[in-house]
Amino acid sequence: MKKLIGIAATGAMLLALTGCATSGNAASDGPKPLDELVVGFAQVGAESGWRTANTKDIQASFEEAGIELKFSDAQQKQENQIKAIRSYIQQQVDVIAFSPVVETGWDAVLNEAKAAGIPVVLTDRAVDSQDDSLYVSFLGSDFVAEGEKAGQWVLDEYADSSESVKIIQLEGTTGAAPAIDRAEGFAEVIAENPNLEVVASQTGDFTRAGGKQVTEALLKSNPDVDLIYAHNDDMGLGAIEAIEAAGMEPGVDIKIVTVDAVKDGMQALADGKINFIVECSPLLGKQLVDIVKQINDGEAPEKRIITEETTFTQEEAIEALPTRQY
Amino acid sequence: MSALAKMASNRLFWPVVMLLVLFAINLVAFPGFFEITVRDGQLFGSLIDILRNGAPTLIIAVGMTLVIATRGIDLSVGAVAAISGAVACSIILGSPAPGSLATVAVAITVALLISLVLGVWNGFLVAALGIQPIIATLILMTAGRGVAMLITEGQILTVNSPPFKFLGSGFWFGIPVAVIIAAVVFGLAALITRRTALGMFIESVGINPEASRQAGVRARGLLFAVYTFCALCAAIAGLILTANTAAADANNTGLFIELDAILAVVIGGTSLAGGRYSLLGTLVGALVIQTLVTTVYTVGIPPIATMVFKAAVVTIVCLLQSPTTAEALSGFRRRLAVRSGKGVAAS
Ligand SMILES: OC[C@@H]1O[C@@H](O)[C@H](O)[C@H]1O
Repeated sequence: MKKLIGIAATGAMLLALTGCATSGNAASDGPKPLDELVVGFAQVGAESGWRTANTKDIQASFEEAGIELKFSDAQQKQENQIKAIRSYIQQQVDVIAFSPVVETGWDAVLNEAKAAGIPVVLTDRAVDSQDDSLYVSFLGSDFVAEGEKAGQWVLDEYADSSESVKIIQLEGTTGAAPAIDRAEGFAEVIAENPNLEVVASQTGDFTRAGGKQVTEALLKSNPDVDLIYAHNDDMGLGAIEAIEAAGMEPGVDIKIVTVDAVKDGMQALADGKINFIVECSPLLGKQLVDIVKQINDGEAPEKRIITEETTFTQEEAIEALPTRQY
Repeated sequence: MSALAKMASNRLFWPVVMLLVLFAINLVAFPGFFEITVRDGQLFGSLIDILRNGAPTLIIAVGMTLVIATRGIDLSVGAVAAISGAVACSIILGSPAPGSLATVAVAITVALLISLVLGVWNGFLVAALGIQPIIATLILMTAGRGVAMLITEGQILTVNSPPFKFLGSGFWFGIPVAVIIAAVVFGLAALITRRTALGMFIESVGINPEASRQAGVRARGLLFAVYTFCALCAAIAGLILTANTAAADANNTGLFIELDAILAVVIGGTSLAGGRYSLLGTLVGALVIQTLVTTVYTVGIPPIATMVFKAAVVTIVCLLQSPTTAEALSGFRRRLAVRSGKGVAAS
């Protein structure tokens, strides 16, 4: 008897699985009206000003488009994100979008989504997988290019310097695409000038508190550092606090280069406490909505959509600040 | 027992040794490690940083020690810290005079009052409903961050308020304010529980709740008190953490601090099984944990290896402290002595 129930249960499960394989993919049964679409979004967390702006923009864009958005916040933990994605698969949403906390370890859950016929869109951060059929599109910045832009500024700034220039690097979350790529792009460019030397590199986890504590300790053991390169504004803002606490002037005694250009960062740039910011735009909402609509219409979105972004000097920040939205 | 053996059997022996070892590693990596200078009348140096950055963990660990002594645990401290920071910052931001002392006083008072309510809630679940502490406080641990996120509306609230910032990075008589606050919390807890019978009652509840009830100890009231005190400690720590960066970060303030606090208590020799506790041990434990963090930076341990390094140190401390290891070690020593002939001669 027990066995029978077991068989029946497996059968039901199989039925359910095949059921969601067809209903999950909106395109296969023709476009749905927008107000029937459901998108599940698994966010990294709220670790930085960038991230909170990104969340706000995505939520607002979907609301404006009249598409239901299920939102989850993983508090920077991969296991939470995987759980969220699994629950979206169970709920048979039409599209899953997410910004992977770290690059690796996604194959299993993405294969589950694929088996269920639910298309996955990556936003902002990439996954490192051999199999690029696991997602339909990746929308976000080119982090390597961002690192290169930061490196280029440093290269130019110290072009005439004949002495060694000591650099501290504040890395993003260990294993995250922006941390890996921004370090890579930067290192490649500054390698051109052997005087530019990264004397210490530690993770500040993309947070202010992290940036502050790391800088504070590293300033003790490297008091003669010339420049800090932070993988995002928030860690740079933390570094400013630490530098001031050490009785030095940020932006002058120690130069600071960051990535993001969120409001607090731009303010510090305009105030002369940061020297250069490479922009990384968090406003991905509209483009994500477009991708979802394309999928719904049965079209194949572009596999890689790169966000356009610029850089800011102190003067440019003063000009841009009044109209900055985030 | 020789003097050394007597010292080694003290439960603070190994944690203190570990602390000294970490200090030595730092000194090798960075010769200026012990230097303390006075700059603009303020103490400045790596050791001062360790004390200041370790203050929030220590404050929470003090509350946690008492909870653990009752055979309980409080997982919600990180969330409570986040809530208190969020409450204070949103009050300061909403006020027309964010920089005024009065505004900051109101913000701090409200944040602390709310933490009392949260503590009473934990106490209620544990003492009145009899829910297991780990489950009871797990509720607030998960829900609390959500509450903090609601308060900040999912944003990182940056405040520009010098008196508030003072809590995290100010100095009093040359000493970091955070350190003074931690010292006061520590001193008060030690005084109140050790100068009165309170500490004994707490331990008796942890050792045998039923027996202590029959002996007339009001376990219920006591549990309410320790959970409320622990939440208050968490809120104080949350305010310091938030003031340190002048920003309320609902997601990250106090993230995983419950683990650090529990670890500090355990390293300090207080057993998770409740009963006998040592606040002094907790102090050493908190210092070990903070020094560990600093060591990672000064020695330049690559970020990918950080977790492994920390885990290794913690494992060593726990191994050294475990009675089984102690037993095995002394057995080994005895055998060594026998082999070298001393044992034979003596027998
Ligand atoms: O993935 C983008 C990065 O994540 C955020 O936390 C950083 O601020 C941002 O630069």
